[in-house]
Amino acid sequence: MSEEIIKDVVIGENEDYIINMGPQHPSTHGVLRFEVCLQGETVKYLIPHIGYIHRGIEKMCEAITYPQIIHLTDRMDYLSAHINNEAVCLCVENALQVEVPERVKYIRTILAELNRIASHQLWWSAFGMDLGALTTFFYGLRDREKILDIFEESFGSRLLHSFIMPGGLMHDVHPNFQKRIKEFIAYFRKKLPEYDQLLTGNIIFQNRSKGIGLMSRETAIAYGVTGPSGRGSGWSCDIRKIAPYSAYDKVQFNEMLETDGDTFARYKVRMREMWESMNILEQLVDNIPEGDYTAKMKPIIKLPVGEYFQRVETARGELAVYIVSDGNKTPYRIKFRSPNFSNLFVMNTITSGYKIADLVAVSGSLDLVIPDIDR
Amino acid sequence: MLNREELSKIILELVPEAEITEGTQLPEAIIPAEKLVELTEKLKSDKRTGFNYLISHTAVDFATHFMAVYHFESTEFRHIIVLKVKITDRGNPEIDSLAGLFPTCEFFEREVFDLFGIKYKNHPNLKRLFLEDDYGFPLRKDFRDEVNIIER
Amino acid sequence: MGVKIKSMKNEDFGDNEALELLNTLGDNAFMTTIDNLINWGRSNSVWPLTFATSCCGIEMMAAGASRHDFARFGIEVYRASPRQADVIVVAGTIVKKMAPVLKRLYDQMPDPKYVIAMGACAISGGPFFYNTYSVVRGVDHVIPVDVYIPGCPPRPEALIYGVMQLQRKIKGESFVKPDKTDKLL
Repeated sequence: MSEEIIKDVVIGENEDYIINMGPQHPSTHGVLRFEVCLQGETVKYLIPHIGYIHRGIEKMCEAITYPQIIHLTDRMDYLSAHINNEAVCLCVENALQVEVPERVKYIRTILAELNRIASHQLWWSAFGMDLGALTTFFYGLRDREKILDIFEESFGSRLLHSFIMPGGLMHDVHPNFQKRIKEFIAYFRKKLPEYDQLLTGNIIFQNRSKGIGLMSRETAIAYGVTGPSGRGSGWSCDIRKIAPYSAYDKVQFNEMLETDGDTFARYKVRMREMWESMNILEQLVDNIPEGDYTAKMKPIIKLPVGEYFQRVETARGELAVYIVSDGNKTPYRIKFRSPNFSNLFVMNTITSGYKIADLVAVSGSLDLVIPDIDR
Repeated sequence: MLNREELSKIILELVPEAEITEGTQLPEAIIPAEKLVELTEKLKSDKRTGFNYLISHTAVDFATHFMAVYHFESTEFRHIIVLKVKITDRGNPEIDSLAGLFPTCEFFEREVFDLFGIKYKNHPNLKRLFLEDDYGFPLRKDFRDEVNIIER
Repeated sequence: MGVKIKSMKNEDFGDNEALELLNTLGDNAFMTTIDNLINWGRSNSVWPLTFATSCCGIEMMAAGASRHDFARFGIEVYRASPRQADVIVVAGTIVKKMAPVLKRLYDQMPDPKYVIAMGACAISGGPFFYNTYSVVRGVDHVIPVDVYIPGCPPRPEALIYGVMQLQRKIKGESFVKPDKTDKLL
């Protein structure tokens, strides 16, 4: 009797071992499930399972008006909330052919760059923590609190503001806005070299990230991996350079590219982007023109019949908004091409053959935010 | 970088039955379903166009038909083109899969299958992505779920 | 006497009828010294499970970081395994696909265990209440909740206040005569 039971249990052929990095896991940064097939400790293949935070945002948007969509796009990729909102607002404004005031363009760009720095700070904290360096958690979040103070003074909330509205901004910024940003830049320029001292030069960190998770430029283009992850493989895909929007054509900045394609290259790209964002902020913060904080918009926004497309560069890659309108005050169909959706599915290709400990390093370097995948 | 007229000319030369739409934000063409794979392959390999990056693929439900929409970009020339395919059979919608040419398309197609119910021929792994296997297709316009959706 | 939390006066806590009732009966004989000792130990070292689904998770991380350090309140470490955790802070939206997973995690936690519903999504579905097909409108459809913390996302200070309310609730429990407190609450 017992021999029959034992024969029925099938484990796998050739010592294959399938384990589950389940939806609740400290290093998947959200609810993502990896089904990993191991041979010993080497990963043979990996299947991601998503849908554990699928809230149906695209269907919800078909029943609400355009200013109300802003509150939902905030919650998609919550670490670059301003940039998500800016994408929808730019799409609506281009469709209506409304010209926003210069002040609005400058403030939107400043908020986008602040958000990018805050997002990269959180990424750095979580990445170090995944690899075992717990100190980075405290250093990164300490500096991120300074940016959240600026947001709280002007908008009232720390994380999700819904501030950028179709036509402009919801209200004007606080009078102390410029002063606080200049203080922050002076403070953070002294602190960012500390990050390099802590993690970048550490020999253990370099051994865990150099040569791990190699992604060639062709793989990046084939899988649509944009953002800092794609730039780490040498693909120049920065939307701020390809199709500039808001005030990006008025500033000088470099696009950070690395050619190695491994985890360390993606890490270096993000660290350098923090420096570049500070340069952009310095160029913009003193020159904010005076003026209105919003263009004149009708109380009920109705887009003309047709289809509209807009791309922006979030902290993680290229977000594209595609709106199909039939003339009503609600969109007929809205589609968000989220960067994390494409970034996730390259995981199988770049982790095959590496150890399971490297899987955590690679998924940390791709900087995934799971609600953006599932929307 | 090619402009609208040159791109329209190239598409009409490769697929004479294509309809070029006027007055849209981006160059757009509606092509018949059988010519989809052939056209995208030629657009990818042609030295003048070089469309090697699929930005996004989705579907839109009009009441009488579905429209599958593909946005392509060229990393070398930086031009964008929109290809659309009309699917008229609502009872059993089917279209060819581009997963062989563009690996990222495999997952966009799984999402469209999950939310709309459009099946893809020659897809390596056509399974649902977000929802359970026996749930309906929520993004269709005639979808009603009395239990779960609270309408406002 | 009543239950005391960290020298914060009872009047400074918001209206909380069940606990006020317990407060007036706090001088009763069934709260023995053993009870007080055990409750002191339990309430000052609740260790949570790492469970964050969406945006509220970031505010939970910020509450654990250096500015609003809540290790001062006894939440010293986050445990990754449910077998070693005391409280599960449900931070974020719960979707129908995730609900069985949450129930399983809750079942795996050993007694005594508590649940804090953090954020509008966990209390009632939040911004995702209308027009969506896959959100569970409130985590109390799945597991019994002890403390609700409103906000979208709640500030870290609000999370700390919620944890203090939980500590107050734990201090009202009785180890020696457990059915007494069940009748009151």
